[in-house]
Amino acid sequence: MIIYGVAILAFCYVTGQLAGELLGQLIGIDANVGGVGFAMLLLILLNDWLIKRDHLDKLTEGGILFWSQMYIPIVVAMSAVQNVKVAVSSGFIALLAGIVPVLLCLATVPLLTRLSKPKPVDQDGDYYPVS
Amino acid sequence: MEIIIRFLEKNGLVVAFLLVGLIMYGSTILSIRLTNRKIPASAIAILIGLVLAYLGGIYSGGEKGVADLKLFSGFGMMGGSMFRDFAIVSTAMGASFLVMKQTGWVGALSLLIGVFLSFMGGVAVALLWGYTDAVSLTTIGAGACTYIVGPVTGAAIGASSDVMALSIAAGVVKAIFITIATPFIAPSIGLNNPHSAMVFGGLMGTTSGVSAGLAATDPKLVPYGALTATFYTGLGCLICPSLLYLFMRLLFPA
Repeated sequence: MIIYGVAILAFCYVTGQLAGELLGQLIGIDANVGGVGFAMLLLILLNDWLIKRDHLDKLTEGGILFWSQMYIPIVVAMSAVQNVKVAVSSGFIALLAGIVPVLLCLATVPLLTRLSKPKPVDQDGDYYPVS
Repeated sequence: MEIIIRFLEKNGLVVAFLLVGLIMYGSTILSIRLTNRKIPASAIAILIGLVLAYLGGIYSGGEKGVADLKLFSGFGMMGGSMFRDFAIVSTAMGASFLVMKQTGWVGALSLLIGVFLSFMGGVAVALLWGYTDAVSLTTIGAGACTYIVGPVTGAAIGASSDVMALSIAAGVVKAIFITIATPFIAPSIGLNNPHSAMVFGGLMGTTSGVSAGLAATDPKLVPYGALTATFYTGLGCLICPSLLYLFMRLLFPA
């Protein structure tokens, strides 16, 4: 049934977000730390486990896939409720303080990505085959 | 007329489904006819959303974009953090745990670098504008992380309300700029695979900006970016008012 899928998703959401809230409390800050991330990891593991046990039928899966298809429309609605007015009208310093960090970080993306890609190991230190 | 508006307001969420559906339909047509699919329909739809938010903000004078107009009040629910996070979690269905595990440590590193770089970028801009006290510099730097880190930090270290407002504005600008810029910059920074999406999420951090920017670039990357970005605001709230504030106090003693 569709509702089983929605309920599984809701279970992951509630558990993960709650863990994020508690983690935030634990380290003494007023914010959710990683709630969505925990929920996502939980969903991946649960999904794996259910598939292995053959408990996941098409309809149940549909209850989760429906929401991932709704993602972009929800993001469109989200962008329509942003405080764009304040962003446009708050003057040059806010514009720069928002944009400069983004440019700095964007420039760092390729650097860090190179770190994460598995590289071929060479035993002779700096030998790179030419071909 | 009043009856109709009251009816639409009462059924806000369903009306929002209808209107967003129409926006998606319109932007798909625009994408095909005007840009020959070069600009993805989702990017156009998000841009239309931002324009609507601007017009709504000007018309109503409120802070919640188009949701301050009665006719569009359901947008606040549909685009609120509950539905957004619920949908983000669901995108993990197609994600690979292996990739997340492999890139995990670089994701953590990118979070630290992201918070630090954004903070320093914000501080540099604030310095240019003549702020020299550690509290204001830290608050504006924190606002350059996300629009949540800014006010949380400012409240913790006792910043003035106009500096707090400035830090929120900087965070909002950041989210919107990421939303618009990501699809255009993605090819030149190699943002086309799960690895770089996780790094990207960690460096940028602001959940609304990352989720919308990646959605406009390639929806398959969303779960990877969201996974790291979700730790950013927490990390920022942790180190901006403590470690980074102490650091700023050393550099700029009162």
